[in-house]
This record gives sequence, structure tokens and C-alpha cells, in this order.
Amino acid sequence: MECVFGLVGNGFAIVAADTSAVHSILVHKNNEDKIMVLDSHKLVAASGEPGDRVQFTEYVQKNVSLYQFRNGIPLTTSAAANFTRGELATALRKNPYSVNILMAGYDKEAGASLYYIDYIATLHKVDKGAFGYGSYFSLSTMDRHYRSDMTVEEAIELVDKCILEIRSRLVIAPPNFIIKIVDKNGARVHATRQSVQDVTTAAV
Amino acid sequence: MSRRYDSRTTIFSPEGRLYQVEYAMEAIGNAGSAIGILSKDGVVLIGEKKVTSKLLQTSTSTEKMYKIDDHVACAVAGIMSDANILINTARVQAQRYTFMYQEPMPVEQLVQSLCDTKQGYTQFGGLRPFGVSFLFAGWDKNYGFQLYMSDPSGNYGGWKAAAIGANNQAAQSILKQDYKDDATREEAVQLALKVLSKTMDSTSLTSEKLELAEVFLTPSGNVKYHVHSPDSLTKLLLKHGVTQPAAESS
Repeated sequence: MECVFGLVGNGFAIVAADTSAVHSILVHKNNEDKIMVLDSHKLVAASGEPGDRVQFTEYVQKNVSLYQFRNGIPLTTSAAANFTRGELATALRKNPYSVNILMAGYDKEAGASLYYIDYIATLHKVDKGAFGYGSYFSLSTMDRHYRSDMTVEEAIELVDKCILEIRSRLVIAPPNFIIKIVDKNGARVHATRQSVQDVTTAAV
Repeated sequence: MSRRYDSRTTIFSPEGRLYQVEYAMEAIGNAGSAIGILSKDGVVLIGEKKVTSKLLQTSTSTEKMYKIDDHVACAVAGIMSDANILINTARVQAQRYTFMYQEPMPVEQLVQSLCDTKQGYTQFGGLRPFGVSFLFAGWDKNYGFQLYMSDPSGNYGGWKAAAIGANNQAAQSILKQDYKDDATREEAVQLALKVLSKTMDSTSLTSEKLELAEVFLTPSGNVKYHVHSPDSLTKLLLKHGVTQPAAESS
């Protein structure tokens, strides 16, 4: 029931992910950050097998860092997305990674961009994308309201509409979300949306 | 005494020298020269052809200049058969990069990658080093036009103007005097022709003995690698007053 979605606005890209770590019927924690900061100007929102998700995203992050150390220049978002897809493709017919990724980035020349990379190594450059059961609701909502070159405020309004739709229509909807943004100033947390805090009761 | 330390590439001499690498560089010192010059709107590569028989089929192949990728070309000096292996290696490395990142390989990374291959032959395997020096000319979006020189040791450097092959020291000192930072491509061609005419051994400079190539950007922003035809070369030689026809020796 993981929900990950994102969209491109005017000079920025925004991604939102639920923050539940679930195993069968148990919620391990509800503040798990599934949006990794890949480098100063890239975000990777990932959903899928928890072990694969962490393993694969960290592998990509370390390779992106290595490239930068070796060559003194960062990878473009497009190059990083293609590298990621290539690794998924290579592993696909041996030990596939069960990870879906939305990669958002900002490059000086290309501006803000969003890449849809699914677990069988599909790669698409998109304006808006989503994964998981939540995608049935968020994609439809984004299709209805998305315009190119939205401001940050308009984009957050749309993200909130999607979260509302997911919360009201998905049977086991995740309660909490984290929203991160990347623009010319870098990649950072923008906001969280919480309807359930961690429970800390004192036994009486 | 140094004879004891020649035979294996993978050992140092007592003075701390790698003789096989130095002997490889000697071999290149006897080969046809090549000069590269960086200008603000392109890179010029010029080479002296050693094989100039009338019987040679010259229409399709080049002796000194090779294209590695759409945005990188090189000039070679040294043992041609060794050069062919390395050129192919460089081409594969460039394509492998593009396959992984869907972008052209930055020029310095390509040079570095090839030089890492060359270095391997000076440290392990017991194989001799490659007897080739390269001048790489290319363009990428990070640093624009670039010129790199590499030698059999696997060392490389970025240059504004460089020479390899026979008489490269003489050529290098003329370049040091006459090179101007803000030269245009045309001025760079002129300088290259002038330097080569001064350092070449042969008495006459004709278009059959030369190869001239330029790497530049077309108006639409694509990188172009252009090898001059013999006619174009002859015209250039005349224009810059560099031709010394053998007949005119009075």
C-alpha cells in the first residue's frame, strides 16, 4: 500500500511518499523516510521491498558520489536516471530488485526534471508520475488539475488534493506523508503531512 | 649496467627508471610528427605522413587522424599497429559510457580511461608498453574545447598547444613562442602549418605529406570533426605562404 508520487513545476520538482514501514499486518514505524537525497540537487523516492529499496538506492547514491569524486563534476539527472535504469536492467534477468523509483532533479541546463523508473527497468521522463495502489487516485487527480509551470504553492495544493484522495479512498491508506522539493537551491524536505503521531502512552 | 633492467617492463632500474617505457618513447621520437593547437572556436590537429607512395590508396583511410566518437578525435604518433588497438579501446570505452549514461563521455574522462589502460602495461602482465603517443581533441559541455596529450607511460596532460613524434621538442618551443591564447581556428591552422613546415625534415611541403583535421561546433551546436581534402590542403598551403615546391630551389 506504499504511495509515491511527484510532479514537475516551474523550476522545481516535488515528490511525496508515505512514511509507513509495514510488514504483513504490522506497522513497524510511521516515520520512515523513503525519499533519499541522492546528491545536492537530486531526490530519489523509492517504493517496494524494504530491503531492496534501501540496498539499491544506497548503491545508486554511492555510485553517484564516486562519479563526482573521480571526475570533479556531478552527474546530470538524466545520466543518473539512465545509470539507475541500467543497473536494474542488468540485475533483471538474474536477481531483480523489487524497487520502483521516481527520480527528481535540477540541472542548470535542463532545469527541473522527473524520471519514472519501475522495477523492470522501464525509464520515462515525465511531468507527473506515481507508484503503488495510491497511484490510481493520485495520477487521476494530477491528470485533472496539473498544469505546466505551476508555482510551489499550486503544486503543494495539488499534492494535498492527492493525499486527501488517497486517505479517503484507499482501504488501508498510509496516515503520514513526507514531501520533498528540489530546485536551483538544492534538494530538501518541504513539509510533512501527519494524521497519526507515534504513540507514547505511559502505562498506568 | 642498465642492460640488466631492460628486459622486463615491470621492474624499476636502480636509478628508478622504467626502461621499456623510455624505449617506447624513443620509438615514437622517430615517427611522423603531429601537432595540436587549441583555439577559442575549435581544435586543430595536423600530422606528417611518413608513408607517401603514389601506390597508396588514400581516398578512404587516414594515417594520422582518427575519430573516436562524435565529439572526440585523435592524432597518433608511433607504431601504427599499437595505435589501432588503443583507438579501438578508446572507441569502446566511449560507447560504453554513452550506453550507461546516455550522454557523450567527457573528453578528459575518455583520455583518463585510455591512459589507465596504458599504465597497466607498465606495471603488470609482463607485456611491453604501447609505442604510441596521442593528441586528443574534443568538445564537451563541461569544459568546451580541449586538447590532451598522452604517452606510453600512461601520463596525460591538458594543453593549449602540443607536439608529438619526430622533432617534437623543436616544435614545442616554436609553439611556446608563437601561440596566442585568443587565436581563431584559422589562425591556429596557420600556426600549425608554419610550425610543421619548420620542423619537418623533408625539403618540400605538399598536401600529400600532410593530414589536417579540425574539431569545431557547427552553427546548430553539433560537434564536427572535419579532415581536409588534399585540394583544400593545397589551397591552404598556398594561402599561408608555406608551400615550398621542390621545383623552386634556385
